[in-house]
Amino acid sequence: MKSDVKQETLALNGDEAVAYAVKQSDVDVVAAYPITPQTIMVEKFSEYVANGEVETEFVCTESEHSAMAASISASATGARAFTATASAGLALMHEMLFVASGCRTPVVMAVANRALSAPLNIHGDHSDTMAERDSGWVQIYVENAQEAYDSVIQAFRIAEHTSVLLPVLVGLDGFTLSHTLENVTALSDADVKEFIGERKLINVLTHEGKSVPFKLDPDNPMTMGPIALQNYYFEFKRQQEEGMKNALALIRQVHDEYAKLSGRSYGNGLVEKYQLDDAEIAVVCVGSTAGTMKTVVDELRAEGVKAGLLKLRTFRPFPVEEIQNALGKVHAVGIMDKSMSFGGNGGAVFHEVRHALYDLAERPLVVDYIYGLGGRDYNPKEFKKIFNELRQIAHSKRVHKLVNFTGLRE
Amino acid sequence: MATTQEWKITAKDIAEKPDILMPGHRACAGCGPAHALRLVMKAIRGPTIVTEATGCMEVVTSIYPYTSWAVPWLHTAFETSAANASGIEAALKVLKRKGKLKQEHVDVIAIAGDGGTFDIGFQALSGAVERGHDFLFVLYDNEAYMNTGIQRSGGTPMGAATTTTPAGSVMPGKLQHKKPIADIMVAHGMEYVASASPYYWKDLLQKVRRGLEVEGPAFLHLFAPCPRGWRTDPAKTINYSKLAVESCVFPVYEVVNGKYTLSTPSKLIALAPQKKKPVADYLKGQGRYRHLFAPQNKHMLDEIQRWTDERWAKLQQKVEQTA
Repeated sequence: MKSDVKQETLALNGDEAVAYAVKQSDVDVVAAYPITPQTIMVEKFSEYVANGEVETEFVCTESEHSAMAASISASATGARAFTATASAGLALMHEMLFVASGCRTPVVMAVANRALSAPLNIHGDHSDTMAERDSGWVQIYVENAQEAYDSVIQAFRIAEHTSVLLPVLVGLDGFTLSHTLENVTALSDADVKEFIGERKLINVLTHEGKSVPFKLDPDNPMTMGPIALQNYYFEFKRQQEEGMKNALALIRQVHDEYAKLSGRSYGNGLVEKYQLDDAEIAVVCVGSTAGTMKTVVDELRAEGVKAGLLKLRTFRPFPVEEIQNALGKVHAVGIMDKSMSFGGNGGAVFHEVRHALYDLAERPLVVDYIYGLGGRDYNPKEFKKIFNELRQIAHSKRVHKLVNFTGLRE
Repeated sequence: MATTQEWKITAKDIAEKPDILMPGHRACAGCGPAHALRLVMKAIRGPTIVTEATGCMEVVTSIYPYTSWAVPWLHTAFETSAANASGIEAALKVLKRKGKLKQEHVDVIAIAGDGGTFDIGFQALSGAVERGHDFLFVLYDNEAYMNTGIQRSGGTPMGAATTTTPAGSVMPGKLQHKKPIADIMVAHGMEYVASASPYYWKDLLQKVRRGLEVEGPAFLHLFAPCPRGWRTDPAKTINYSKLAVESCVFPVYEVVNGKYTLSTPSKLIALAPQKKKPVADYLKGQGRYRHLFAPQNKHMLDEIQRWTDERWAKLQQKVEQTA
């Protein structure tokens, strides 16, 4: 941590922490539509606008679909753009999420993770963002309001970097984080501004060989979002994948720089290892569950159980190498999935972590635990049971049930 | 409106102005929308950004790696042209405020077909207008989803055969009348709403310019015949754009702050009602209406005439009432 950095501690819930980070990030356009449990972000930001605390142009759209369209077009015009949503709102944006990544418009979005209908449910799970995992967005999930604040600031640097130019989503668990008051230590406005810097546009070559900034600029007319058919579409998509690959390194770099500035870090920015070095059994989880899980690991360690935790902070791009290195020597791994992939034999996190481990000569046995859907409560006692099962799996070297439902009435 | 001085234009001026929608695009022969939009872009007054909905004009002008657009242009999706305009306008505003915009002012034009306006793009349009963004929305109305092969839209007129309202033995084409989109936009309390048809090119150009001069949202409804979809002779596109006005199927008018004014071509008909042509004159050469001339469908022709007369009478009433 830089010695001359002044920070202040504020009492903020997750949504407010996001709004505060956006306020400090010199955002040009915020286009958003309120939805539970993201509402506070939009409300809080509206207050900043109403009180003249930001220069931002706030567009309170008539739908999330338009919010994303306006974010894309603002970004295409050269502005720094932010939006926020949850659940049905993200689902309504679905079409535009692919347009944002395809147009290489570095929009940043916070998602207060919430279950998808039907039945209608306003509480937290990961159904919304996991369903968008192939939309070309960088996905970062946070453990608490502090990390939400820190990650939103980092997100602008990641999204706008010319080696990436992809939209970034920061997911925070609905209600558990969005509505829960925490102490959040915030950097000064000046430090955030300096850390993010002005948006730098990538230069592209025109047909005349002139190098011009990639934006809608009357001085250098450019056609953006064209139709590209069999002869070019594939190359566009391949380039997007290159941006994702570059993001893998950049997320770490930005995270490390931020850690130096703020004194706060989250593993290496991609994954956070907790008591994993000598662990025989471990769980992998995403989001706020990591907090609860750390307590459980501590208790088990006190009992002499070699338990560990891998918190998956970055889900897209998927940190295959980090997962291999972190889990390769563990005997049994339980994956915590807070969403369903119906008919898919396990949840999204399970599929991907297990796939990452496949190429290892020695690999752990991996089982899936689907939990917490629709905000279903979970507690340390239940998680302890999972570790107990993992101990049995590690001991017997046999998996009885690959996909399990935890905390479900059956 | 921002300026009170009328924009003086001559055919020579227009001929000499470079094309902003440039040649080389892949529109069909006799394409009404391509012609109408070429005219629209002749009327721009300075730096301009165009955003366009998915549709005929989007696909024929932007096929990568080529473009027909000599101004910055953005397409994102079918239903988003007005939402795009919101984001562009918001960005321009804030960038200007922060001293990051090179231009003193940039106009924003959102373009969509009837599908992207009457139907799938309507919510975004209504929202953007309610929020008061400064942009001109140009609807090129070719009265069906032509890009995907002539499917009906909310802008398709009664009786027209489309691939989703085919003329069959029990169904004589589309059963519903066209949605009164301009009236709906007027109901938003917009400063400027107008309709124009390419035959009356000078009228069209002036309306584009007036729409751009409005500080806030403006809406322009363009009549845009589609030879492929209407089953008409590509050489007759301009004739139909005249006949539609002469038969009062598509009157040309302006609504400025709620005040209705007939534009000259329609005003002349209002002054001399005997000049008004029967709708059959407009319908008869069009393949999409061919089945209406079979004896069993006479009631459809009668209804179209009745509805056209009623709409025309109501329009004249509005002109009188708001005078």
